Amino acid sequence: MAELRAWGSELNEIVIACAIGVLTASGVWLVLRPRTFQVAIGLSLCSYAVNLFIFAVGGLRVGAAPIVAASGAANPAAFADPLPQALALTAIVIGFATTALLLVVLLAARGLTGTDHVDGQEPER
Amino acid sequence: MSVLQHLVILPIVLPLAAGAVTLVIDERRLAAKAAISVVLAVALVAAAVALVALVAAEGTRIYRVGDWPAPFAIVLVADRLSAAMVLLASVLGLACLVFALARWHREGPRFHALVHFLLMGVNGAFLTGDLFNLFVFVEALLAASYGLALHGSGTPRVRAGLQYIVINLVASLLFLIGASLIYGATGTLNLADLAARFATAGPGERVLVETAAAILGIAFLTKAGMWPLCFWLPDTYSAASAPSGALFAILTKVGVYIVLRIWLLLFGGGSGASAGFGAVWLAVGGMATIAFGMLGVLASQNLARLAGYSVLVSSGTVLAVVSQPDAAVTSAALYYLVGSTLALAALFLLVELVERGRNPGADLLAVTAEAFAANAETVEEDDETGVAIPATMALLAVSFVLCALMIAGLPPLAGFVGKFTLLGALLAPTPVSGVAWAMLVLLLLSGLTVVIGMGRAGVRRFWASPEATVPRVRVIEMAPVALLLALCAAMTIEANPVMRYFGAAAQALHAPRDYIDAVLTR
Repeated sequence: MAELRAWGSELNEIVIACAIGVLTASGVWLVLRPRTFQVAIGLSLCSYAVNLFIFAVGGLRVGAAPIVAASGAANPAAFADPLPQALALTAIVIGFATTALLLVVLLAARGLTGTDHVDGQEPER
Repeated sequence: MSVLQHLVILPIVLPLAAGAVTLVIDERRLAAKAAISVVLAVALVAAAVALVALVAAEGTRIYRVGDWPAPFAIVLVADRLSAAMVLLASVLGLACLVFALARWHREGPRFHALVHFLLMGVNGAFLTGDLFNLFVFVEALLAASYGLALHGSGTPRVRAGLQYIVINLVASLLFLIGASLIYGATGTLNLADLAARFATAGPGERVLVETAAAILGIAFLTKAGMWPLCFWLPDTYSAASAPSGALFAILTKVGVYIVLRIWLLLFGGGSGASAGFGAVWLAVGGMATIAFGMLGVLASQNLARLAGYSVLVSSGTVLAVVSQPDAAVTSAALYYLVGSTLALAALFLLVELVERGRNPGADLLAVTAEAFAANAETVEEDDETGVAIPATMALLAVSFVLCALMIAGLPPLAGFVGKFTLLGALLAPTPVSGVAWAMLVLLLLSGLTVVIGMGRAGVRRFWASPEATVPRVRVIEMAPVALLLALCAAMTIEANPVMRYFGAAAQALHAPRDYIDAVLTR
């Protein structure tokens, strides 16, 4: 049983690492694309990856609460690190706000320049 | 004790309150809004002056938010460097607000609130002693700067603003990765605690923290405008409206300040095996930035872009020389940084006044004007209010020459004092290293190119353009420029105490033990 559990947590780490990697790779690829909407989606994917990364640096624990129970002296080993979760929450909020702002500017740029190319003009063919 | 105790957080709370108040006042009651805004900006400058005086007299002040002990909660730290930077930011904020009163604050909504929120973010970034809190303040200032970059709207602004936002979002993600890596490796985000733990860290943690510092470095150096991370800067700065551009002169310095603070705290002389980590990158990158800025200054077709490239020269100079592990060099660099920031802000304000009377893009080929998108601006002329200045052209020309002297580092203003001290400090150790020689040559060359570039632009604007009508400039627009240049003059006249102040600041930066002890003991 203990062996199974250790194997499970190892698998957990691999899954998270792969998820972060795939999100980052797709995000970076999209950010480098020439259309503004692709850039916006790419930035969102990158920020998901970063949020997962922040969450993961606190250590991955299965079934551990981040909040210490009120009664009795708590054993820190039994609880998940609450700080990265707070950090991730802050990062999510800020990321949302700035992405929303980016979307507004993106629409304004589309309206003013008549194209959705990031340079505001179509490349010469 | 009681009131003075809270002086450290005042430069953050005051603009926050000012921003909130000016946000809720209706746009139609602009006069009331402007009055409140300027009064609060003056109060902020007064608070910053008091903070500098307090810190100069009593040394580093710590403010524990919520009175929690240091490593567990956020601390604000006001030492000599951060107090001086807060004062610099507050003065720039006041100058921009007053300048904008003439007409820019009517060009779009919420100008006053954005300026105050920007000041809150900038002051917070200077004062905070916590890495994640730094992230929050940097995001706050960036969010306000997005609004200011777009202020006045128009195609070139929106286009440059879009790229500015995307670049800064990517840089913020790198910032987050670096900060969380540091937390993962050391278990702390408090800068002083981090430095204390890092000094005794094992090789495994050391590698992780160095990696994180490198990632953080990319994020900060993007903001500071180091080559090759700076291509967004001239576009954004030259497209921004004049008061925004002047205020943005402090934003690159926020990046420089953070690099200086964290780098010297973690990788200064006392950090054992990691001492001087990344110094070569700073030196080479800084010198490349100076070179790139020089080329840009020579190639610029209009004044706003010239000012943008001068920002690069200035921040490149500071980045390059702070890589030298010598407190004398750092103190000269700090003096130069403050002086050049004041002059650059004055230049950004001045450019708009000088260009106002001109047919947009008159000295460009039509094609180039289109490429640089120089003329999307159509500002309503309201010439019946306020006092126009006699001998406008002469006044503008004199101010322009003073700005050029400051930025190029020629006598008699503070730019010369700063650069001369810098050269002296670089030449002081025997033997002088090859890197120092290279910096010396680049510093002198950059002065020469700025003189050539600005001289050419000045001749074209003031002597060789008969078709230009005299711009209508109002006293209220000239006053901030005069204030900034007068501060440069004051820095020259009072060079001795100012230099001593920055000397003490640099000493403290190079001996971070006091900073760490001040934060961690109560």
